[in-house]
Amino acid sequence: MNHDTPGYRAFRYVTLTLLSVFVLAPLYVMLASSLKTLPDVQGEFTWFPSSPTIQSFIDIWHTVPLAQYFVNSLIVAVSATVLSVLVAVFASYALSRWKFPGSGSFKSAVLATQMFPGILFLLPLYLLFVYADQNLGTDLVGTRTGLVVTYLTFSLPFAVWMLVGYFDTVPRDLDEAAKVDGAGPLRTLLQIIVPAATPGIVAVCIYAFMTAWGEVLFASVLTDTQSRTLAVGLQAYSTEANVYWNQVMAASLVVSLPVVAGFLLLQRFLITGFTAGAVK
Amino acid sequence: MAVISPSGTRESPGTPDTPKQSVRGGRFRGRGRRWIPYAFLLPALALEVIVHFVPIVLGVAMSGLRVTQYQISHWWEAPFTGLGNFGIVLDFDGPTGKSLAQSFFVTLGFTAVVLSGAWIVGMAAALALQRAFRGRGLLRTLFLVPYALPAYTAVITWRFIFQRDNGMLNHLLGQLGLIDSNPFWLIGHNAFWAECVVAIWRMWPFAFLILMAGMQAIPGEVYEASSIDGAGPWRQLQMITLPLLSSVNKVLVLVMFLHTFNDFSTPYILFGGSAPPAGDLISVHIYQSSFATWNFGLGSAMSVLLLLFLAVVSACYLAFTRRTGHES
Repeated sequence: MNHDTPGYRAFRYVTLTLLSVFVLAPLYVMLASSLKTLPDVQGEFTWFPSSPTIQSFIDIWHTVPLAQYFVNSLIVAVSATVLSVLVAVFASYALSRWKFPGSGSFKSAVLATQMFPGILFLLPLYLLFVYADQNLGTDLVGTRTGLVVTYLTFSLPFAVWMLVGYFDTVPRDLDEAAKVDGAGPLRTLLQIIVPAATPGIVAVCIYAFMTAWGEVLFASVLTDTQSRTLAVGLQAYSTEANVYWNQVMAASLVVSLPVVAGFLLLQRFLITGFTAGAVK
Repeated sequence: MAVISPSGTRESPGTPDTPKQSVRGGRFRGRGRRWIPYAFLLPALALEVIVHFVPIVLGVAMSGLRVTQYQISHWWEAPFTGLGNFGIVLDFDGPTGKSLAQSFFVTLGFTAVVLSGAWIVGMAAALALQRAFRGRGLLRTLFLVPYALPAYTAVITWRFIFQRDNGMLNHLLGQLGLIDSNPFWLIGHNAFWAECVVAIWRMWPFAFLILMAGMQAIPGEVYEASSIDGAGPWRQLQMITLPLLSSVNKVLVLVMFLHTFNDFSTPYILFGGSAPPAGDLISVHIYQSSFATWNFGLGSAMSVLLLLFLAVVSACYLAFTRRTGHES
């Protein structure tokens, strides 16, 4: 490896400093403001809270039903993640190991749905749900079920996309050996492929969970007061008369912490997942 | 992210050393077990049909209906208008078409700024973290935080930063002596730039992540060989890094383009639902046109046009990059 030139060092120093400030500024504002009192946060901006308090972290649970939103988000995101990854694992295995009539068109179709704007699906899906509720007796509009169904297929194309690439990197020798041992395709998948592709599967899980946890558009339309997720619920801190910025920031911190922590803990998987499955 | 190799590899004889080739082919094929892959694919297929293909067909069909608030619970009985909705949407002298065109151009500009901004910042970060030094892991983790943060918490924090009287930005600019009076950032022309900054902040870690992964795949020997030949870092970037990243970039740019063009969360949360004209992105525009007036027919017509535009752009892009890819 060659040595760093002074020019590169300078570039590195300047770039990393500027980027750190850019990334940290909003995070700092979030933290500092969450520790302020309401008059403090409504007046002219200050870098430090005049009298730091954790009161807003207590108030957030009463101002809006945050716990309810938390539970809703958790149920929706976990269900969507588990189901979409499960479905994608089977589909990707078929696409990776077999060449059959229709496999190519399915892959292209899956890729194509990735590019469609969410708004395109939103209007018809909403009306489809309305129709199903009225004529088929389902309960989709304004429920968590409707949201799970939607999110499921949001992350499905990406999951299939990533996992096919990942499964392709699992040597076929392993399948061969399993077959010699008398294992059928299902056992081969569950006992050989899935364990060998764990980093890829974890990466896809992270992605699916984050997509569902942070989705705004569908959540705004397809939920009601009972099924509201955090994405929509957080807007309730802003009323006509007042914006409780200290509580908004406190709630943002509380809501972000689990996903950011989980993401950072598992980022190793995500990076290996991207490297193997995506960048080929 | 060239995840799926576009050329469907044919049956390959036993070449176990090259997994990419050997994985395809009739592994469990024959002897009456042809249905197995279809069985594995079926759940995914069913879901794709229900949530993607049926809505697209329905969306196209709906663009021919005049759905209003009175028919919302019985929209399937709404009167058929043929191409009437498209006529209204594409009439650029009328209020609907005029604001749609305006929103389209705002979105184009937004996409150009955010795409290039996020790519440049992500590339700079990936280059700066390319070589090992103390604290590299920590910075890499920090840089991924904006990507991990849920959209609404990130955007709502920026919304607070951009507040005129109690926001951080005006305070900072005032302290630095750059402004005399507090400008509005979320109203008027500044709204466009505020929106771009937020979107870049959220988007660049993705570019960084993908570019970093791409750089890791470049073997170190290539750099060693070139530095023996006397190439400096700048020359290595030009001659090695960028060319070898081109396949990664091809997909990265397309994914970022589609993602940015369809961005809903940024304007919706930043402006609290009603974006000023300078920041009125197409997704929110269609959302507002549909749900504010319950005119789903017009909204569907706009969606169909948007889809056509994205399909044409993507197809042209793919055709163009494939051709240039073969030449090099």
